[in-house]
Amino acid sequence: MTRWLMRRRVAAWLIFGGFAALPLIAALTGDPYLVVVATRILAFAMAALALDLILGYGGMVSFGHAAYLGIGAYAVAILSRAGITDLGAHLGAAVIAGAAFALVTGAISLRTRGIYFIMITLAFAQMAYFFFVSLSAYGGDDGVTLTTRSTVLGQDWLADDRVLYYAALAMLLGLYLLCVAITGSRFGRVLTGARENPLRMQAVGFTPFRFQLTAFVISGAMTAIAGVILANQASFVSPSYMNWHRSGELVVMVVLGGIGNLLGAIAGATLALLLEEWLALFTEHWRLIFGTLLILVVLFSRDGLTGLFKGRGK
Amino acid sequence: MSLLSVRGLRKSYGALKVTDDLDLEVTEGELHAIIGPNGAGKSTLIAQLSGQAGSDAGSVRFAGAEMMGRPMPARVRAGMSRSFQITSILPGFTVLQNVATAVQAHSGSSFRFFAPVARDADLNAQALEALSRVGLADRAQTRAGSLSHGEKRALELAIALATRPRLLLLDEPLAGTSGAEAERLVQVMAGLKGQVTLVLIEHDMDAVFALADRVSVLVYGRIIATGTPDQVRADPAVRAAYLGDA
Amino acid sequence: MTSLFLLQLLNGVQLGVLLFLIAAGLTLVFGIMDFVNLAHGVIYMVGAYLVVMFAGMTGSYGLGLLLTLPATLVIGLVLEALIFRRLYDRPHLDQVLATFGLVMVVTELVKIIWGQSPLSILPPDALSGSVPLVGALRYPVFRLVVIGAGLAVAVGLWLVITRTRIGMQLRAGASNRAMVGALGVDIGRLFTVIFAFGAMLAGFAGAMVAPILSVDPGMGESVLILAFVVIVIGGIGSVKGAFAGALLVGIVDTLGRSFGPIILRAVMEPSAAAQTGRVLAPMLVYVLMAAILAARPQGLFGARP
Repeated sequence: MTRWLMRRRVAAWLIFGGFAALPLIAALTGDPYLVVVATRILAFAMAALALDLILGYGGMVSFGHAAYLGIGAYAVAILSRAGITDLGAHLGAAVIAGAAFALVTGAISLRTRGIYFIMITLAFAQMAYFFFVSLSAYGGDDGVTLTTRSTVLGQDWLADDRVLYYAALAMLLGLYLLCVAITGSRFGRVLTGARENPLRMQAVGFTPFRFQLTAFVISGAMTAIAGVILANQASFVSPSYMNWHRSGELVVMVVLGGIGNLLGAIAGATLALLLEEWLALFTEHWRLIFGTLLILVVLFSRDGLTGLFKGRGK
Repeated sequence: MSLLSVRGLRKSYGALKVTDDLDLEVTEGELHAIIGPNGAGKSTLIAQLSGQAGSDAGSVRFAGAEMMGRPMPARVRAGMSRSFQITSILPGFTVLQNVATAVQAHSGSSFRFFAPVARDADLNAQALEALSRVGLADRAQTRAGSLSHGEKRALELAIALATRPRLLLLDEPLAGTSGAEAERLVQVMAGLKGQVTLVLIEHDMDAVFALADRVSVLVYGRIIATGTPDQVRADPAVRAAYLGDA
Repeated sequence: MTSLFLLQLLNGVQLGVLLFLIAAGLTLVFGIMDFVNLAHGVIYMVGAYLVVMFAGMTGSYGLGLLLTLPATLVIGLVLEALIFRRLYDRPHLDQVLATFGLVMVVTELVKIIWGQSPLSILPPDALSGSVPLVGALRYPVFRLVVIGAGLAVAVGLWLVITRTRIGMQLRAGASNRAMVGALGVDIGRLFTVIFAFGAMLAGFAGAMVAPILSVDPGMGESVLILAFVVIVIGGIGSVKGAFAGALLVGIVDTLGRSFGPIILRAVMEPSAAAQTGRVLAPMLVYVLMAAILAARPQGLFGARP
């Protein structure tokens, strides 16, 4: 266990060190597009990290996490339209809105288990999707283009792609450390225990629902932060952020990197997005290849994808 | 004085009355065994007492407070703990973590998100103490899922003890154990007598008659006799209904 | 006003019948096999594309429909044998991932074969007119045929489930999975039959609505999620629940969209009412789902929570 923690610490240094050095590499190779792609990767890494907290540690297969990306992104769009461009305000609004949506939908979804939970989280995400599709004040289906990025202390520092990138990296690091602390805490132990054996946890005096709902809310708020970054990176917000395919991709990212170890989610997001970018170079029908790979890996790894990259989370 | 007082407890599955107007008194400090033939409703009774299963009617008073309608976690926090007939542990956790989790449920808030729980010396010390009581201290760092069956039964007992119960409901703790394992568990239970009130459901009659202060006989959802082991053994109704004598 | 209501009610029933055709097979797959299938919606889409293709080849919608049914049945059989069969014992997460991959693959294949832009097909001439309902109100014959066909399938399913041996096995399986094995049923064969038959029903639904809706690569997705809502409301594994849930969702959704703004006009000014109504109406069925779940987590007719 301690050796595993040591290994994870080394891996964390490597991953975050690599991300920190990336803009330098981009400058050397003269490829500024790399930083833009990497910012997108960081945003999805945050969302995958948040999903791993409930999926890997809590055993809750949420198939609606894209909703929170969209909620975070629309927090930026709506506040900016109202003339509030401050990043702190954007993040605050995203966190509050994401947490509120998670609290209400989570309280209902968590009354159920298994297939029900998957379907209900998906359905609620679709509800959020349709809400923004019919919100014609913000472009409806077409979305809304942001004229400026979020500001910090009234300054437009984030307009520089590299500054936005490092801001995103700092947030990812912060969220990662937060998740490491949560999963190793008293709370994390109850959350993991409720995944392992909910009846056992009740029989020692815990009510798993409270812990699961709290984790669900934390995860929703974290994913909304990822949405704020994503909106800034693209300078554009639309309901497509909440498309159920995006929820599916988030689950793929978490599983690809190995569930229940946090760093895996970051690695999985990186891997999945790079694979997408790479496959898209060859054909516009890259989803055909991506989907085929997904099916094959699930079918032919011995215990499935979940077994192949078995998490070591405690 | 009665620690647990059950009055008129009922539960039916359709037309089948599993618990039928059952009364039971458990005195503070005693080891009270409940025996009965298969299908008498013993495990259902434990499930009803612990709050895992609901009851159709009746009253369950524990330490003077009504427990009916309260869910299992609330009853555990009030001091009623239980073990399961089919081993129920956290297989991916270490043995120590299994017990420390139970300790945690009864010491301080578990809505703490930052301090590392693995380094919580107080939790670990209490967990180790519970493990020592069942003779598992040397297995503390083993993954619980890889324990032998007998060790898992002992771990389950340690988990229940770690909740610091006033009343411990044990549902066939010896189920599936070998002779040597069973003997060790009987010794552990003998050691608990007097420290905690015990309700023991068990098929192993040697163990029951060796351990119990009082025995209640459950047949078709009703207690047909209660008394010391000798009284129960001599009761003609019990012999007829249960021990198979004519 | 009443005639508009009647018209929208019929539209709601038509959507409900369509959702029932999709949800009926899916709820059995979920209930009896405890299997998450995200790829059911793409079968519906494929059914619509196939009827367009076969009708083009034969020059007749009817013949196209007759060819589409066995074709989707075969697709169901092939997918079950190649993919689903290997996933029954796997965790839900694996099932979700594999069927999600399948959604990607089939959607891209459809785009490659038939292109991105929507296709359309006319209903057969004999069914293309409209009939008078009440007063001056007329309703398209073909939509009535869709409703009739859906109800006929519902009655047929009800007969199969209540009167036949396989129906008895299905009912036993939906309420208690271990029971099916105990009855000495060949579970593998039962699963294959349910899957293929469910695929054919979904394909039938797609083929029936192809003349009413535009046929495009995204058509399966919104319907899939609505079918999930139907199943959650009706209770997993219950065909009766799927029928009740489908009609409820179809009618609430359709009436909400047309009458929501009108009702809101009573409490706010017209432009605000129209705007609010447009935003709230699509959310109505999800709110309905949440309300039913809050009261009955196992759904209206569900056995297990």
